[in-house]
Amino acid sequence: MTKQQANWSPYDNNGGTCVAIAGTDYCVIAADTRMSSGYNILTRDYSKINQLADKSVLASSGFQADVRALQKVLAAKHLQYQHQHNKQMSCPAMAQLLSNTLYYKRFFPYYAFNVLGGLDHEGKGCVFTYDAVGSYERVGYSSQGSGSTLITPFLDNQLKSPSPLLLPARDAVTPLSESEAIDLVKTCFASATERDIYTGDKLEILIMNASGIRQEYMELRKD
Amino acid sequence: MFRNQYDTDVTTWSPAGRLFQVEYAMEAVKQGSAAIGLRSKSHVVLACVNKSNSELSSHQKKIFKVDDHIGVAISGLTADGRVLSRYMRNECINYFYSYESQLPVGRLVVQLADKAQVCTQRSWKRPYGVGLLVGGLDESGAHLYYNCPSGNYFEYQAFAIGSRSQAAKTYLERKFETFMESSRENLIKDALFALRETLQGEKLTSSTCTIAVVGVGEAFRILDQETVQALINEFEIAGEDAPADEAAAPDPAADSESGATAADQVTPSDPDVTPMDM
Repeated sequence: MTKQQANWSPYDNNGGTCVAIAGTDYCVIAADTRMSSGYNILTRDYSKINQLADKSVLASSGFQADVRALQKVLAAKHLQYQHQHNKQMSCPAMAQLLSNTLYYKRFFPYYAFNVLGGLDHEGKGCVFTYDAVGSYERVGYSSQGSGSTLITPFLDNQLKSPSPLLLPARDAVTPLSESEAIDLVKTCFASATERDIYTGDKLEILIMNASGIRQEYMELRKD
Repeated sequence: MFRNQYDTDVTTWSPAGRLFQVEYAMEAVKQGSAAIGLRSKSHVVLACVNKSNSELSSHQKKIFKVDDHIGVAISGLTADGRVLSRYMRNECINYFYSYESQLPVGRLVVQLADKAQVCTQRSWKRPYGVGLLVGGLDESGAHLYYNCPSGNYFEYQAFAIGSRSQAAKTYLERKFETFMESSRENLIKDALFALRETLQGEKLTSSTCTIAVVGVGEAFRILDQETVQALINEFEIAGEDAPADEAAAPDPAADSESGATAADQVTPSDPDVTPMDM
C-alpha cells in the first residue's frame, strides 16, 4: 500500500532571476521581465520588482501569485506602520518584517525567492537576501531565481573580498561606483539569458540613491 | 443633567422611549473642544480647537488621517476617538487589500455607525463617548459625515460639534450655500473664521488650532503650523470681512512641503507632541 499522493500542486514556478548590489551610497536592484510556466512563456513583460517604501524595494522570483500576495500583505502592514509611527519604514525594519511575514507561513510557505534592496539609516546601500521561509542576511550583493546559479559565482568573482579572515575587516558594501554596478548587472543578465531558458526578454533595473529612485530597461534575448 | 430612574444601564428604556445612557454619551460630545467640518464639490476641510490640560502639557490629537482619501476630526472622549480611528484605518486597509480600490466614505460611516449601535444594545458595554466628523473623497465626490454615539450618521455641507459649536454653526448657516463652489483656499478660510467664533474672543493662532484638508488630487494632510499661521495672518490683517479672492502665497508653501517627502503623512502641528500621541 503506497502512500497517497496529491494529484495537483498548489505551487507553480514562473521562473525569472533577481539581482541586487549595494554600494556606498546607492543600491541597484534588477530582475528580468519574463514570466513562464513549464516550457511556455506566459508574458514577456511582467515586473517582479515592487517598491514597498521610499527606501525599500523588493524583487522576487518564484511563484508570482504568492509573490503578489506577499507584496499586498507587506503593503498593508507598511500602511499600518505609517499610521502608528508617522513615518515610513526603514529598509532594515522592512527586512525584519519580510522575514517575519515569510516565517508566519512556515508550514505553507510563500513560494517566493526574495531580494530586498534599499538604503539604510546612514544612506548606505543595503541588500537582504532570503529563502522561502524567511531566513535572511544582510549582504553586499545577491542573486535569486532560476539564473542565480549562473550569476552568483560571477558576482563572487567580481565583488567578493578575498577572504573573510582579511584584516582589517571589509564592509558588507561593495566598493563600486553606481555606473559600474549597473554595467555589472547588465553583464550578469546578458550572460544568464544565454544559458537559462527562464531568463530573458527584458531587464528592469531600479537604482536607488539619495536623490531618489530611477528606472532603466535593457532588452535581452527573447529565445 | 438631572438624575433619572432609568439611566443605570444602556439597555433600559425610559417610559418616554429614551435611552438615557446614549443621551449622556451625546452630552460627552458636547463637552469636548470644538471640531468643524466643511465641504465643497472637490475638497473637505476639518478644523479643531487644540485643548491641553495645562500649559505644561501638549494638546490632544483630535484629527486623524484614516487613509489618503479620508480623515476624521473628533470631539468628546478622545481615547474612544483614537480607538475608532484605528478601526477605520484597518477597515480602509482591508478593503484596499481585497478590492485594490479606496473604501467609499459612505460605506465606512455605515460600518462605524453599526459599530456604535452595538454599544447601545449590550448590557456589558457603554456607548462610545465621541462624535466624529468624517471627511473624505470618493467616486461620487467630496463628503462630510457626522457620526454620533447613538449610531446615527448624517451627511452635511458643513457642521460643528463640541463646546461653543453653536457659534460656529451660526456662522456656517449664514455662509454654507457658497461652500459647494468654493475654492480650496476660501474653504480653509471659512473654517478658520468658524473656528474663531468658537473661541469667543480668545486669539486664534496656529498653536490653538489644527487644520486638515483633503481634496481631488490632494491626499488627506494636516497643515503644518507655518502654513496655518500664514493663513490666519492673511485674514486677520484683512479685517473682519470674509475674503473674496484667492491667495496664491500660502499654497506654494504648503505644496513644496508636501512635495519634499515621497509620502507626506500626518505632520503633528505641535513640535513637542510625542510620537506615541496617536
